[in-house]
Amino acid sequence: MASSFARILSSKRKVGILSLVGAGSLTVGFFLNREQHVNAGAHVRRIYPASAEYPDLRKHNNCMASHLTPAVYAKLCDKTTPNGYTLDLAIQTGVDNPGHPFIKTVGMVAGDEESYEVFADIFNSVIKERHNGYDPCNMKHPTDLDSSKIRGGQFDAKYVLSSRVRTGRSIRGLSLPPACTRAERREVERVVIDALAGLKGDLAGKYYSLTLMNEQEQQQLIDDHFLFDKPVSPLLTCAGMARDWPDARGIWHNNEKTFLVWVNEEDHTRVISMEKGGNMKRVFERFCRGLQEVERLIQEKGWEFMWNERLGYILTCPSNLGTGLRAGVHVTLPRLSKDPRFPKILDNLRLQKRGTGGVDTAAVGNTFDISNLDRLGQSEVQLVQTVIDGLNYLIECEKKLERGQDIKIPAPISQFK
Amino acid sequence: MPFGNTHNNFKLNYSVEDEFPDLTKHNNHMAKVLTQEMYAKLRDKQTPTGFTVDDVIQTGVDNPGHPFIMTVGCVAGDEESYEVFKDLLDPVISDRHGGYKATDKHKTDLNFENLKGGDDLDPNYVLSSRVRTGRSIKGYALPPHNSRGERRAVEKLSVEALNSLDGEFKGKYYPLKSMTDAEQEQLIADHFLFDKPVSPLLLGAGMARDWPDARGIWHNENKTFLVWVNEEDHLRVISMQKGGNMKEVFKRFCVGLQRIEEIFKKHNHGFMWNQHLGFILTCPSNLGTGLRGGVHVKLPKLSTHAKFEEILNRLRLQKRGTGGVDTASVGGVFDISNADRIGSSEVDQVQCVVDGVKLMVEMEKKLEKGESIDSMIPAQK
Repeated sequence: MASSFARILSSKRKVGILSLVGAGSLTVGFFLNREQHVNAGAHVRRIYPASAEYPDLRKHNNCMASHLTPAVYAKLCDKTTPNGYTLDLAIQTGVDNPGHPFIKTVGMVAGDEESYEVFADIFNSVIKERHNGYDPCNMKHPTDLDSSKIRGGQFDAKYVLSSRVRTGRSIRGLSLPPACTRAERREVERVVIDALAGLKGDLAGKYYSLTLMNEQEQQQLIDDHFLFDKPVSPLLTCAGMARDWPDARGIWHNNEKTFLVWVNEEDHTRVISMEKGGNMKRVFERFCRGLQEVERLIQEKGWEFMWNERLGYILTCPSNLGTGLRAGVHVTLPRLSKDPRFPKILDNLRLQKRGTGGVDTAAVGNTFDISNLDRLGQSEVQLVQTVIDGLNYLIECEKKLERGQDIKIPAPISQFK
Repeated sequence: MPFGNTHNNFKLNYSVEDEFPDLTKHNNHMAKVLTQEMYAKLRDKQTPTGFTVDDVIQTGVDNPGHPFIMTVGCVAGDEESYEVFKDLLDPVISDRHGGYKATDKHKTDLNFENLKGGDDLDPNYVLSSRVRTGRSIKGYALPPHNSRGERRAVEKLSVEALNSLDGEFKGKYYPLKSMTDAEQEQLIADHFLFDKPVSPLLLGAGMARDWPDARGIWHNENKTFLVWVNEEDHLRVISMQKGGNMKEVFKRFCVGLQRIEEIFKKHNHGFMWNQHLGFILTCPSNLGTGLRGGVHVKLPKLSTHAKFEEILNRLRLQKRGTGGVDTASVGGVFDISNADRIGSSEVDQVQCVVDGVKLMVEMEKKLEKGESIDSMIPAQK
């Protein structure tokens, strides 16, 4: 497939890059090279043939293991991205974590934007499987952050306890958490908090660096459920994402505590808009506004987000490509949740349920976290609308069951609109 | 984690200040030695296999340490690491090994006949005896850095060497990834099975990558000679038995090691060794002999004596719980072993254990009779 990967860099960004360069014209040339086609870099040092290096994936159950054949491995194993990221690095997390019979993890990560190009032969298959058939070779991903298009989205607080939308953003030109150097990570922090400092009005807020925060600040962040910890999941630690912890990691939030940004956790940034109650429309409006403001602010300094037409927003894990968006609510559905048709209803509405602790947790009482299943192939507006429409249906079902009426399983909605 | 050479060159585009790790809250040997100037000098270097200074220190950056326990905080990725990064590693070695200088020479002595005594430790007190060390196979990168292909090659060569042993050393290899449930149960019951490392010290150095590929356990039929393949080092070699006959344990240890070494040499892959550092292992704490010779010994009275720590110190011994490093003693039984690794030979170190334990058992007996042990307290060795 064609891999021309032209990246537009603003003139100010070039100034930014060159100012990082120390002595030596060699390094200048290295950077200018990156503007053109992706350089499937220098060759990796190899003493053994690919067959001797091919991982033993016979007991593995993750997307990477399902698609990394010896032939694909042999083709890609001695390539590197311009920054030096390799296939072995990308798949290490999947080799080290064979997976679970019930839960199929992705099993690989990107070290930088170019990983998705240089290792497209494996990433595209993984993306296709994870994103239910989305084919990066011949499909385009729509991006739409115009929250005015949302219809409805204000739910009965009797059922919906809280609403939340999250995504991630990566800063173009800097390596991602599995591969970034300490200097790059610190640069991400500088760029992001510089931009966040420019937010005003209801978005004005403050940054709390993990290395510098005092006990009180830490306790407050814990009480607000904002503090993130050093990753313990081997899925993340095996990919090198916890290196140098807690250097250049931190949490920013607005004074109203409704807009929150994590810096340098699993992605360069994770952006979260949230509030108690059922006003998903307002949560999404703030989400879009905040994201667009931040983007404007970083662009003023010559930076931009990683994004392309094929894959949408570029994040560390292939599961978060496209919109990287998870829009969800905590909702109580005491009757519906006990109905045997509940899973099928969710499925057809293209929603997923989680416990109130987030991914891989159990529900408490009858309260569930309900959010969109899909990430790639539909826009932000489309996915949030899906959640809103779906929730309306679920709440209708609950009300029907309250009145002793029967409910119906809805027809499955189409995945790619 | 091992990045390619390209990645290190890319890093050089950033200033030293921007790349230098924040070690202000750290308490390990690496953090005490590494200055920004030193980092600046070493950052553009790499060993022939591509190991860089950031690879060396990553585990120490990720594990700030403990106020009471001083960890090493750095590892070698290959034999040449100790040369290329000597500016950092020599001072770390000196701090860890009681002032061992960059110009010092290490003595290797695996002649078991040079050990005096050791066959008469009272089995009423000394429950078991054990000697372990590690060996690295020349020409291969070490566990923090090796690729799957390299690790498999080490396994293949090691298994070939071990399977050619005969007599009391005749044994069998159990690869971790294909052992049966029954074999696993038996190895656990024998206390032979090692597990995937959980210590962040090891994980931070990339030693658990690709687990359990090319890892395994070999032991002889008598279950007195055991070899771990590709755990924290290429090989960990253990000789052990119940009771107090350290002499026999050490003899088996020396003979077994020398037999294995001969076979590796025939394949042009002898053990990593040099005159200054002795046997080269992954962690600088295990250089020299890499030897820990110890016993499980009952010292309920002596261990509560006010001078216990000082006695151990003077005898150049250390205590651990019966679960090994960082565990507590159970029922007054302690694991007592040599404190030193480099600057004295294998015979010297096991001699320390033999003489020291013999003395401590006598002290214990005295204390049982209600007598004082003040006159027995040894001078500093």
